[in-house]
Amino acid sequence: MRELSSTREAYGKTLVALGKENPDIVVLDADLSRSTMTRLFAQKFPQRFFDCGIAEQNMMSISAGLAASGKIVFANSFAVFATARCFDQLRMSIAQPRLNVKVVASHGGISVGEDGFSHHSIEDLSLACSLPGFIVVVPADAIEVAQVVRIAAATPGPFYIRLSRPKTPLVYNDGYQFVLGKAVTMRQGFDATIMANGIMVARALKAAENLSHQGIECRVLSMPTLKPLDREAITLAAKETGAIVTAEEHLEQGGLGSRVARVVVQHQAVPMAFVAIKDVYAKSGTPEDLLQRHGLTAADIEKAVKSTVARKK
Amino acid sequence: MSSKERKPGNPFASAVSTSAEAFPSIREREAVGRSLEEIAKTLRRHVITMTAKAGSGHPGGSLSATDIVTALFFRVLRYRPSEPCWAERDRFILSKGHAAPLLYAALAESGYFPVEELSTLRRLDSRLQGHTDRTCTPGVEMSAGSLGQGLSFGIGTALAARLNSQSYRVYVLLGDGECDEGQVWEAAMAAAHFKVDNLVAIVDHNKQQIDGWNWEVMNLEPLGEKWRSFGWRVIEIDGHNFDQILAAFEQAELVKGQPTVIIAHTTKGKGVSFMENNPEFHGRATTPEETELALKELA
Repeated sequence: MRELSSTREAYGKTLVALGKENPDIVVLDADLSRSTMTRLFAQKFPQRFFDCGIAEQNMMSISAGLAASGKIVFANSFAVFATARCFDQLRMSIAQPRLNVKVVASHGGISVGEDGFSHHSIEDLSLACSLPGFIVVVPADAIEVAQVVRIAAATPGPFYIRLSRPKTPLVYNDGYQFVLGKAVTMRQGFDATIMANGIMVARALKAAENLSHQGIECRVLSMPTLKPLDREAITLAAKETGAIVTAEEHLEQGGLGSRVARVVVQHQAVPMAFVAIKDVYAKSGTPEDLLQRHGLTAADIEKAVKSTVARKK
Repeated sequence: MSSKERKPGNPFASAVSTSAEAFPSIREREAVGRSLEEIAKTLRRHVITMTAKAGSGHPGGSLSATDIVTALFFRVLRYRPSEPCWAERDRFILSKGHAAPLLYAALAESGYFPVEELSTLRRLDSRLQGHTDRTCTPGVEMSAGSLGQGLSFGIGTALAARLNSQSYRVYVLLGDGECDEGQVWEAAMAAAHFKVDNLVAIVDHNKQQIDGWNWEVMNLEPLGEKWRSFGWRVIEIDGHNFDQILAAFEQAELVKGQPTVIIAHTTKGKGVSFMENNPEFHGRATTPEETELALKELA
């Protein structure tokens, strides 16, 4: 595994670069600009930055008003507050009118750690995917974040982009090109496929490497775009590898696993397993302790792959 | 109406219409030739007729806000019905989305779409949805119906004018019951903080909400003091007196460095005796018999 990278820092820097290129970029935050790294933009472009205070509902509807007037709006908060706290505003103000608002949610999942369940976000992807019109992206590392943010700015309509609190290992090469709606083959294999997004991509790669030593060759697909899903890549993986394991830092329901399963049962039914958080809220702890406790390690993925491969006909 | 220089295209900037092309016939004919009282009566008739035809809707809160909306559309706002997305248009944001019939009536009489289309209200495939929908109705700025979001939306719209160095103004119509929503006060705080002086909120203070009088359901008073303490310029008027309504809008335009709220004291169901102050008509249309009586009163 390569060095660690901060997805939040990459986001903050990309916003500044975009701000220089395009005067229509406007950024809003809800009193978390130090953590979301929008402070970098605020320092450079104070006229185009609005701190809305601790009022996410207001922030989302203000974003909609700006977008309705031609602005490209980045609205920022922690994932749990950017979705659950203001879901009706996302629905009424942004999703239905398909306004050009990019909701960028940092601190996704349980790797938020010690702050505990109030700050963990385990339902956000389910909520975001449920909104008609929203494109939902979960980048895996800093290289991908920079590209996703640029593509989002250039693509009209609502986006939900989920970032992480801890640094994540770089999984892509410098020449990597993010394509909206496309899965990325990180490793080729024909015994099973592991599909992952966010911090779980690095873990999926580690699991695949360990499994390779044991004679199981896994295909690893990074699935940065959660909505719309790359149905072709999923169907092909089902056909060619006959077993699929999904890995995500989210509840089992409503995220990557259940969305992939829907494609699989419709197009090419194969055995599946889901590495995800079960129907429970996590407690305080270090990010790594929590990921272990909730079964989100490379070893958990390995186990799931083995049991799924055993179910192949 | 004000000393502020108006862009060409507003027939009310002076006694003479400056752009016949930008303002097609209906608005020219209705507005220049007729009094606001007459136009308001026409809009009220539309509200009754269209909700009765639809068999549902919210006539009560539409009738209370009719005079405010009439003054805005036929004296105050700059807009081009033939060009609904004209970048310099003044924005009218209906936050109390259930008063959609009133907005549709005003838009139709202003020339955004044919008056005949009002009879399609709430029907499948109609452009006139039960609550406002910005994706299908020309002239509708915001999708509303879930209360409390319009003032925030208005702040965003007003801030965009500042960023773009545009001179349009933003008018947001709120219900008084809507002020129960916490987001209204988040927005009230933010508008003052951001000093958006191109934003005017109007509270249609008809004192009633679905479950009864405001003070029985959730006390709002002292409403003016609340807005004042949030940093707003507060103007209280009789929301059925055109002189007061127009004077309030004129006064609001002169306020700099802070937003203005016009608390318009109104009567729910205004204009139809048996609907006035009758909460039953918040969310129900008139029966055929009631419709006939109502239209007789509004003749």
